[in-house]
Amino acid sequence: MTWLQLLATLLLGAGSLLLLLAGIGLLRFPHFYARLHAAAVVDTLAAALFLAGLGCLFGATLGTVKLGLILLFLLFTSPTACHALARAAWVSGLREPAQPGEPPPSPS
Amino acid sequence: MLVTALFVVRTRDLLAATMLLGAYSLLSAGMFMVLDAVDVAFTEAAVGAGVSTILMLYALVASGRFERTPTRPQWLPLLVVLATGAALVWGTFDLPPVGAPGNPVHQHVAPRYLQQSGAEIGIPNVVTSVLASYRGYDTLGETAVVFTAGLGVWLLIGGLQRRGAAAPVLASAPHANLILRVVSKFLIPVILLFGLYVQFHGELGPGGGFQAGVILASALIVHLQVFGADQTRQIVPESLLRVLAPLGVLLYGGTGVAGLLLGGNYLDYHPLGRTPVGGQHLGILLVELGVALTVSSTMLLLCYLFAARVARR
Repeated sequence: MTWLQLLATLLLGAGSLLLLLAGIGLLRFPHFYARLHAAAVVDTLAAALFLAGLGCLFGATLGTVKLGLILLFLLFTSPTACHALARAAWVSGLREPAQPGEPPPSPS
Repeated sequence: MLVTALFVVRTRDLLAATMLLGAYSLLSAGMFMVLDAVDVAFTEAAVGAGVSTILMLYALVASGRFERTPTRPQWLPLLVVLATGAALVWGTFDLPPVGAPGNPVHQHVAPRYLQQSGAEIGIPNVVTSVLASYRGYDTLGETAVVFTAGLGVWLLIGGLQRRGAAAPVLASAPHANLILRVVSKFLIPVILLFGLYVQFHGELGPGGGFQAGVILASALIVHLQVFGADQTRQIVPESLLRVLAPLGVLLYGGTGVAGLLLGGNYLDYHPLGRTPVGGQHLGILLVELGVALTVSSTMLLLCYLFAARVARR
């Protein structure tokens, strides 16, 4: 196993671990905004880690360039999508519960 | 895939069902990818997971989010579904084992396509040469189906009602906020460029008219979502789309007729160019252009119709 492969394994493993944590957070967190926070922050970083790991596996080829382009687009689209989601929820009247642990108030 | 399909059947929340259908399409695109069917995977991801999800969301906004709970169990539909499913499963017993080299699929015309298409058509992507040239009739039929479906929706929801009346006043204010506008201004040209790449690269790699049409339309749909339908109508007026959608089918069929007039068979591209291979190139280019025109303008036309209907409510 070369150093590049070792680095790729580390990056892919870290990405998987982060995505697993995000999934647990998505299921366990109490209300919408906290869940979105768990998913939104992590998935950009995890995607970046995955793509970097794959880039290490590909080496200096055209594939790595394409991976870089994918990463660039993900950096634009993924936070924007999460922002649009949170904004849509806010505009349609979803608010956090005052006390943690309360069920979230229904949007009206 | 099975889990998402079961949830789609079970849930009464049609929004969740639409989202799950999108996930289902994406998963099946992955499955096609594993089976090395790159073109099919591309189409499934662009059409199934992309545009049809958007169209279904529009339909949901126009109709309503929740399915009515049935008042009594409906046995006849269940019976029909079970009988059909049983017949289909029974039919699979006659299929040869997957991947066996003696299967008809590996014996009949596929070896000829794979071995001869380089000499006969002269383009590297065999899928494109099969779709656009060998099986040109089928693809013409598919294009006509897309056009007819768009025509049907247009006739059903309000295409005719608006003829005399003035165009409805839509929510023309830029209702999306700054971040969405800036990011989509950056993304839309790139999506358009990628659509053109897919269109003209379809001879070399995975791609072609259907995917390119959907990608081009999706760039404009993003514009419609973010900047409002009025702004998009100023860029691409609806009357232009009403001309372009039939024009694509006409271009496809007309390429076939041109081959006929020049002394070949219908949809036979050999006589179009100086050399047979050159004729095939020109024919495939024209045909794919027709497909892309019809698909993209039909998709965008549907979005205009739904947006106008939503705005009227």
